[in-house]
Amino acid sequence: MTTRSIVERAGTFVGLVLVAIIFGALVGPQFFAPTNLELMARQMAIVSIAAVGMTIVIVSGGIDLSVGSMIALCTVAIAQLLRLDVSPLLAAVGGIAVAAVCGLINGVLITQLRVVPFIVTLGTMLVIRGAAKGLGEERRIEAPATWLNDLLRVTRGETLLPSGIWAVIALSILIAAVLRYTRFGRHVFALGSNERMARLCGVAITRTKVVVYTLSAALVGFAGLLQFSKLSVGDPTVAVGLELDVIAAVIIGGGSLSGGRGTVAGTLIGAAIMTVIQIGCSQKGLANWVQQIVTGGIIVAAVALDRIRSQRATA
Amino acid sequence: MNPAPAAGPPRFAMRGIRKTFGATVALDGVDLSVEQGEICGLIGQNGAGKSTLMSVLSGALEPDAGELSIDGQPFTPHSPVDARRAGVAMIYQELSLAPHLSVMENIMMGAEPMRYGLIDWPRMRDMASRALAALGHHDIAPDAVVGTLSVAAQQLVEIARAIAVGCRVLVLDEPTSSLGRADVEHLFDLLRHLKTQGHAIVYISHFIEEVKTVADRFIVLRDGRNAGGGDTASATHDDIVALMVGQAVGDLFPRSPRVRGEAILEVSSLERGSVSFALHRGEIFGIAGVLGSGRTHLLRTLFGLEPVRSGRVRVGVYSGVARPHERWMHGMGLLSEDRKEEGLALALDIADNVTMTKLSPFGPAGLLFPARQRSAAARWISELAIKCAGPAQKAGELSGGNQQKIAIARLLHHDVDILVLDEPTRGIDVGSKAQIYRLIDALVADSPGQRPRAVLMVSSYLPELLGLCDRIAVMHRGRMADAVAASSLTEHDLLMAVTGGTAA
Repeated sequence: MTTRSIVERAGTFVGLVLVAIIFGALVGPQFFAPTNLELMARQMAIVSIAAVGMTIVIVSGGIDLSVGSMIALCTVAIAQLLRLDVSPLLAAVGGIAVAAVCGLINGVLITQLRVVPFIVTLGTMLVIRGAAKGLGEERRIEAPATWLNDLLRVTRGETLLPSGIWAVIALSILIAAVLRYTRFGRHVFALGSNERMARLCGVAITRTKVVVYTLSAALVGFAGLLQFSKLSVGDPTVAVGLELDVIAAVIIGGGSLSGGRGTVAGTLIGAAIMTVIQIGCSQKGLANWVQQIVTGGIIVAAVALDRIRSQRATA
Repeated sequence: MNPAPAAGPPRFAMRGIRKTFGATVALDGVDLSVEQGEICGLIGQNGAGKSTLMSVLSGALEPDAGELSIDGQPFTPHSPVDARRAGVAMIYQELSLAPHLSVMENIMMGAEPMRYGLIDWPRMRDMASRALAALGHHDIAPDAVVGTLSVAAQQLVEIARAIAVGCRVLVLDEPTSSLGRADVEHLFDLLRHLKTQGHAIVYISHFIEEVKTVADRFIVLRDGRNAGGGDTASATHDDIVALMVGQAVGDLFPRSPRVRGEAILEVSSLERGSVSFALHRGEIFGIAGVLGSGRTHLLRTLFGLEPVRSGRVRVGVYSGVARPHERWMHGMGLLSEDRKEEGLALALDIADNVTMTKLSPFGPAGLLFPARQRSAAARWISELAIKCAGPAQKAGELSGGNQQKIAIARLLHHDVDILVLDEPTRGIDVGSKAQIYRLIDALVADSPGQRPRAVLMVSSYLPELLGLCDRIAVMHRGRMADAVAASSLTEHDLLMAVTGGTAA
């Protein structure tokens, strides 16, 4: 690893430290109390795991706007399965599978119709949201209480963190490894960096793209499972606009919308920055509108800084 | 044919233009002048300095020395907009039109007639119609959407735009490269018509015949200098070629002993029967041809990047069509002519770029260890003397020559038998060129301990083909002539054939 790439990676982390210090100073030392940190971890879990999936898509040079709708459909599917007396584990797997199928459809449409991902997923964003409302008969679906509701709940004395967060950490490490240590991962980078070169080098472009959208959607499905766990009901109107938070996390973390760049670690830091701002603002008693303005400013600033840095690197 | 010499200054003149890029002298005191009502052909081989000269004229580059004048007035364009305001219009091979807008909007772009702060549509239509009529083309409707027109008609729209905004100097760069024969005739008629209206026209072309047909006078550039010129009426094709050909080929090109082995690539009747040849182990087969002659398209078709419309291809024991990943498996690798857009992923590191086609041996169970990937790349970095910080450096941070070596290292890493090289030395420094020549020669050499490979290469730089290749075939407008032993050809012969004089 060159010194430059260490600096590049450190850049986002320094941003997180700065934001944390600022809010720490504003809110007080209790901001760093273990319970508060755990609150933040639970808060960011859903966006984080969806953003890890989105990282794969963005590195491949694509985008997926249907993430929020997928999460909603996933919660409804899990609730409906539980109402059919399916075992909780099977319901969870079923919910994730529903999301993965949505991603598979996205991938097939993008590669077969040759329509840009932005348009395809803008369409499926509405289609999937509609499907969620249809499956949920336009209301919240109550489900029998199971251990699925405890994924983000702290069970005192057992472990440091809820099981859902451990799963997010494990999946993040797994995806980071897939991107770095497999052929598929290097092909995703090649595709996003220069699709024509990838074609020249014999990368199976269609297959790789379909796998990218499906894998990403499966991770979004896991985010849907966590969302269900948090709500304990299936809600077809949940997570509207969440895709923008997810994309923002990837971008703050150093991902490039033109593809070829992005890391799982950066994305997680990006998600953490946004969470620290959100929680910090609310604990400081700042209104929601302040929080939105700050988050928006951070997104633009992060990308602008990154641009300046990369220009200096190539100069 | 020449109008009577004007008493006043020429419509347009460039004197003593000099331009350097680092240590490379692209233009060294070039003169060019065109009278009112004259068509001047500008001829030169690739790299002779034609495009640099035109960039200076259009304001895209500022010369280090020399002066430009229009009607005797000094003219120092700082941008293409400046040049256009002064009356100089460039018509490039790639047209600069807005395909979704109408013909009249394109013609009047930037000079739209206004009334009360709004576009005056009736006047706009009227002005556009008059511009088209002035070119003798009432057949193009001002309301037509440009994207739906033929290439020839689009070119007319672009010329009409230049005329409508009052340009008096028109520069056409390879205007016939995408036109059919009949359209070429129409274009020539139009240029003669514009000439009678007093426009000064610079006509740049690879095709000497075209220049002889349409131009009154010609100027030849060679190695950034004026090599000569004269009246097209009195100069023969041969005379012009003689001016284009530079000094003799030096010992830049090594030639190890080569033994021709079995044919490992056979092409028959490809592209509607116009291309057939066989490539053998231990030989370098060159394809010569100007831009647009179909040479790049041929290589891409062989490699599966373009569909095979007719004919057969055999690579080793495999017959029939194949996609790029299958071609790599067949032992064939392609070096793209377009290093930045297709050859390399500039944002990725050297190791990724070198090993992308063959990532499998870097770890167990389909895993890939970056350290092993980098050490494989490090081997090629030292073998090809690539100047870089190490295999983890981004490809985009290297010089052109070193980037090209990375693209070639990919073929070597994959250990292909057939190297298909499209413009292997385009845009790189002389030192890197010499290294790449030595490398290509070593690949086909008959030396103990290695199986000689086969190289199929395309180049616009004829000395390179003559110096490296065993056999050379010329492509002209999509057809390939029979291959000829390179030793029996002179640069003069080859240039004649490439520019459409006679078949080699």
